Amino acid sequence: MSETVYGPVTDWATDFDHGSPAYAANQHKIWEELKNSGCPIAHTDRYGGTWLPLTHEMVHSIAYDTEHFSSQGPVVGQLKPSELEDSVPAPIGGAPPISSDPPFHGEARRLLLPAFTPKVIDPWRDEVVAICNQLIDDMGDADHIDAALQYSQHIPVMVIARMLGLPVEDGDKFRGWVNLVLSGVGEERTEARMQQFMEFNEYLEFHVNDHIENPREDLISFLLNAEIFGEKLSPRHVAGSVILLLIAGIDTTWSGIGSSLWHLATNSVDRRRLVENPDMIPTAIEEFLRAYAPVTMARLVKEDMEFHGVQMKKEDWVLLPFPAANRDDNQFANANEVVIDREENRHAAFGLGIHRCLGSNLARLEMNVAIEVFLQRFPDFSVDANEIVTWSTGQVRGPRSLPFVVNARA
Amino acid sequence: MRVHVDPTKCQGHNRCYALAPELFDVDDYGNAFELNDGVVPAGLEDKARLALANCPEFAISIEE
Repeated sequence: MSETVYGPVTDWATDFDHGSPAYAANQHKIWEELKNSGCPIAHTDRYGGTWLPLTHEMVHSIAYDTEHFSSQGPVVGQLKPSELEDSVPAPIGGAPPISSDPPFHGEARRLLLPAFTPKVIDPWRDEVVAICNQLIDDMGDADHIDAALQYSQHIPVMVIARMLGLPVEDGDKFRGWVNLVLSGVGEERTEARMQQFMEFNEYLEFHVNDHIENPREDLISFLLNAEIFGEKLSPRHVAGSVILLLIAGIDTTWSGIGSSLWHLATNSVDRRRLVENPDMIPTAIEEFLRAYAPVTMARLVKEDMEFHGVQMKKEDWVLLPFPAANRDDNQFANANEVVIDREENRHAAFGLGIHRCLGSNLARLEMNVAIEVFLQRFPDFSVDANEIVTWSTGQVRGPRSLPFVVNARA
Repeated sequence: MRVHVDPTKCQGHNRCYALAPELFDVDDYGNAFELNDGVVPAGLEDKARLALANCPEFAISIEE
């Protein structure tokens, strides 16, 4: 894990960098210290000016305030959308509906909502169970496994590729692009990186065109036939939505599954409780979602404004750290403790307001099945003390390697 | 006891439907609504309170 182009962080209140490895490794401690030092909203000049509000109340109010905050840039980058040559202006943005603002947002989202309701998603359960069992079968008899590389990273890719109608065997490509878009925010904009972005666009163009010529029963064909304001979606809109579903559907859930497994590998009491009482898994998953929420979103300030005593400037980035909101003591009792049978849990892991994660029902299904199957097959496992667990950097946080020792198998 | 989902606040997290399917259902867009005009059958009061306490959008209210 390398430093970003901005170099090491010297002061988290005035010079933070959410793309730095130190932030990925210590974020829970950093938020606590900032809040305790009387700084509930941190700032940095990095990325052209970025804010980091830390309380549930602030995150909640920004998520609801589409009048002052735009979603045109949901991922903080070194350049603002207005500085990019090929950006799509608000209210549509480059990856609708996540990049869209009202009123366009509601229409673009309404198209996709029916494909992700619980009643449409739940029937995928058997398929997810089969995928998880196959991944464990593929590990053979090995006592040393990597639960991120051999398990968690594959589950969401296989499901979303099938739903979209993209080749399942292109998983490595998808993960490469996900990494490019999300984890590399602070890296230098080299030609090799630009080349990768181009390849991603060409790949999407190819598959969207292929679906135009050969329509089938999948989400890409569905989007190509869909209409918005009485007109068919442009191929650009379709490609943008595919980017969204692919990127948002992959490393977020991969992170959620990975963090849950990491917790169970490092907390044997919790692991044993869930092995003995699988009925507790859904409640435990909600607690893992709260305590290890993978996703931080971002907004752009529309016009100069004051917010909780700070002066925000037009086009400043504002991070929406749902993971920090989930650890706010004013909202959750013992917020920094992981309590796997926590009954009251209005966590914001899937966001708040009109941009609530479209795929939350799918993510929950995949997390529940992934943990259920893993515990059935490996009732006892721990982190390999000779290896290192690595975490992703940027706005999606989760373990990217999980070297485990399997101590018992069923 | 009666429960109510405020449709202007519900964003389709589906926590109520997952925790208390006897009291809530979801429409074709994944948004929740209360069943049976919101009347909570005897014995399901705790489930109603659980749904309220787990709604991220504070969209559920209870009348006792």
